[in-house]
Amino acid sequence: MASLWRGGLLRLGSVLGLSGLALSVLLLVQLTDAAKNFEDVRCKCICPPYKENPGHIYNKNISQKDCDCLHVVEPMPVRGPDVEAYCLRCECKYEERSSVTIKVTIIIYLSILGLLLLYMVYLTLVEPILKRRLFGHSQLLQSDDDVGDHQPFANAHDVLARSRSRANVLNKVEYAQQRWKLQVQEQRKSVFDRHVVLS
Amino acid sequence: MDFLDEPFPDVGTYEDFHTIDWLREKSRDTDRHRKITSKSKESIWEFIKSLLDAWSGWVVMLLIGLLAGTLAGVIDLAVDWMTDLKEGVCLSAFWYSHEQCCWTSSETTFEDRDKCPLWQKWSELLVNQSEGASAYILNYLMYILWALLFAFLAVSLVRVFAPYACGSGIPEIKTILSGFIIRGYLGKWTLLIKTVTLVLVVSSGLSLGKEGPLVHVACCCGNFFSSLFSKYSKNEGKRREVLSAAAAAGVSVAFGAPIGGVLFSLEEVSYYFPLKTLWRSFFAALVAAFTLRSINPFGNSRLVLFYVEYHTPWYMAELFPFILLGVFGGLWGTLFTRCNIAWCRRRKTTRLGKYPVLEVIVVTTITAIIAYPNPYTRQSTSELISELFNDCGALESSQLCDYINDPNMTRPVDDIPDRPAGVGVYTAMWQLALALIFKIVITIFTFGMKIPSGLFIPSMAVGAMAGRMVGIGVEQLAYHHHDWIIFRNWCRPGADCVTPGLYAMVGAAACLGGVTRMTVSLVVIMFELTGGLEYIVPLMAAAVTSKWVADAFGKEGIYEAHIHLNGYPFLDVKDEFTHRTLATDVMRPRRGEPPLSVLTQDSMTVEDVETLIKETDYNGFPVVVSRDSERLIGFAQRRELILAIKNARQRQEGIVSNSIMYFTEEPPELPANSPHPLKLRRILNLSPFTVTDLTPMETVVDIFRKLGLRQCLVTRSGRLLGIITKKDVLRHMAQMANQDPESIMFN
Repeated sequence: MASLWRGGLLRLGSVLGLSGLALSVLLLVQLTDAAKNFEDVRCKCICPPYKENPGHIYNKNISQKDCDCLHVVEPMPVRGPDVEAYCLRCECKYEERSSVTIKVTIIIYLSILGLLLLYMVYLTLVEPILKRRLFGHSQLLQSDDDVGDHQPFANAHDVLARSRSRANVLNKVEYAQQRWKLQVQEQRKSVFDRHVVLS
Repeated sequence: MDFLDEPFPDVGTYEDFHTIDWLREKSRDTDRHRKITSKSKESIWEFIKSLLDAWSGWVVMLLIGLLAGTLAGVIDLAVDWMTDLKEGVCLSAFWYSHEQCCWTSSETTFEDRDKCPLWQKWSELLVNQSEGASAYILNYLMYILWALLFAFLAVSLVRVFAPYACGSGIPEIKTILSGFIIRGYLGKWTLLIKTVTLVLVVSSGLSLGKEGPLVHVACCCGNFFSSLFSKYSKNEGKRREVLSAAAAAGVSVAFGAPIGGVLFSLEEVSYYFPLKTLWRSFFAALVAAFTLRSINPFGNSRLVLFYVEYHTPWYMAELFPFILLGVFGGLWGTLFTRCNIAWCRRRKTTRLGKYPVLEVIVVTTITAIIAYPNPYTRQSTSELISELFNDCGALESSQLCDYINDPNMTRPVDDIPDRPAGVGVYTAMWQLALALIFKIVITIFTFGMKIPSGLFIPSMAVGAMAGRMVGIGVEQLAYHHHDWIIFRNWCRPGADCVTPGLYAMVGAAACLGGVTRMTVSLVVIMFELTGGLEYIVPLMAAAVTSKWVADAFGKEGIYEAHIHLNGYPFLDVKDEFTHRTLATDVMRPRRGEPPLSVLTQDSMTVEDVETLIKETDYNGFPVVVSRDSERLIGFAQRRELILAIKNARQRQEGIVSNSIMYFTEEPPELPANSPHPLKLRRILNLSPFTVTDLTPMETVVDIFRKLGLRQCLVTRSGRLLGIITKKDVLRHMAQMANQDPESIMFN
């Protein structure tokens, strides 16, 4: 029963985490719709060279219904009857973006990437050193292959066996982590070593 | 005997790398539904629970759509930024890509549309020079270094955290949806790592796409949400309905094509696709597309970077180059499939496969070194396709649109007549030719590496480049020789006859169809991408031609070929079995093999059964009345036998190794002081599928396909003769494929 509760709690935790993330991104999107940055909308008119005027690009922050040549091109480089001919060649497009969404997304992505890299460095470099220092002398049963094994999670089996005896929350987390490491090791063997799956 | 009626814990779940039993899952779901319906009449709370159960399917679809759309938006935005990071950085806000950085700037001129002072290339930043040889070399070096960094990070993350995140994912998802179990393939770590590393590898400039991996990401979301509801988490058959819908949502956000996504899921990915799944997939695809649109990654309310919207007409005479493009697509598809499978087989069997990280680094270095000098390979493939699809108006400044303009031209913007090509166009043509050859070669080595890699975008790029070159060729031919008989009727001088962008689209569709052998879904995706129904006929012509040409060389698309390479037990619904063999030719045991391992109804002891299980590794055992009269009673699964015996030894008193195991309703007659017998009728499948020994294999294969069987028993006059498993069927089909169908008629 306890394991069911624990599994359920873990599941609930991951659900809350993921849905919280998704909802926060969506919420930010809605917030940006509500409080649109002044610079986030524009009407962009591209006008090609005409007679002796060089080509030019005009930007203006203007609503979508006013997004045409006459409102945006200021100052008008040609006069009188030429204005219509000039404006016929110009192409005006209304564009909007959400700078807040871009900023939030990139920063969230970089932080997740950074966390994963830190965790990877910890797992591959720091943890074996720590474990060897902590359990090095008392490891009479450690076989030679484990010492020379360069794969991450090489000592997952030993820690799994040891942690079964103790019972408190921190060791439950460690137990779950070791089980995950075993799974990843199995996956790595079938994908990278035996080439059974995903060749 | 009450606790014998309790469900055994763990019975009903499947082991890793085994096939599910579709019929049992379906009957369990029917049982569950009947129980809920009958209980719903008892009280209001039960009624509400039954309503929630009915609605849980739609809730799951909504959640999948939301998460898939969000992840696709995050991926698009992050790829946009990181791709430009290889070339420079925005000084005002480092999180802006090149286009976003120059968005508000007023210093952009007509000639240098891309330049603005806020965004600087690496050479400007580091050594304060923007032109010249040293600046070029520095930019080149920084490009290669960034590409290497991204690729190395990606492959390390995949290797350390989630090895299942590599590859495209579509072959494995096809196999999973046909009933195979790969534990962890759709897990949370795979989802996280695939999303993060997908951004990294697409930004590193490698010749791969993100559409296939997005299907995998969406299916991981589907798996995650279906594990929250017991209706789907406990039933593998129902879960696969959710996964089919999730795959549709994945393609929908990849291409901005909801209908195309549903058809892709129906045609390519799913195995069983009931009508209920069709409606739910459409819902999930729409929610995903809507979520992506509200995130608005490309700043103009479009879902995909290369959405085009011109409506210039095409002419009947142009069908000839379109069909040529279809032939090119079919040939390229065959070439790519054969070479890629050969290379992947080499990676699987030789020492090349021992150095995955080194392989990724080498391929990235080669790609970056060759891609940088050519402007068409330096930019990201999506931008390249977008540029190739676009029609040239008077305002385009790209090299591809460097036509010689008539200075007196007064036509409005989108009705430019055909013009002679300028110098820029000729330069673009040979650069495109070089880029085409490069892309054809490098994609063969890139697809299948140990990083997330898709091949929709590279195939479309190859086709678009070929198509654009053909289009420009036809356009110039029509301009310079408008008095030839083929052009005279429809191409007057001064008219806008040929749209090279359309040729690029048709080429892209042809190449994609040649590689994946998609038919309807390809056409629908392409016309949802372009927004124009006028081009359905050219797209169909090219898709049909490329599929015919590619099928002439081999029946397998790239995904089926990878399934065969990996040896997954996938019984393809598209294969036709036309040989005249009989069930008795395929069944086990063959002549000369040891007899079938069977269990008897009530004469074996627990110890006998345990020995049998230990000595053999069969997944199940038929149960017969007795060894003399081999009349069939039912079929028992190995895993359930093991669990039941273990449970009985622990929980039930009196069960020892000498206890008789019986499968009948009433215990058999036993002498007085014999130990307590063990009743295992609960785990016995009393309705195993049987065929007679003279049933044609055509029918047997059909039964396996349509019902999703794992094994089928062969009887004659009621006596059990042998067993045919799905693996036997697959091996037999593979054997038959190498021989002439009419020549085998052995009995």
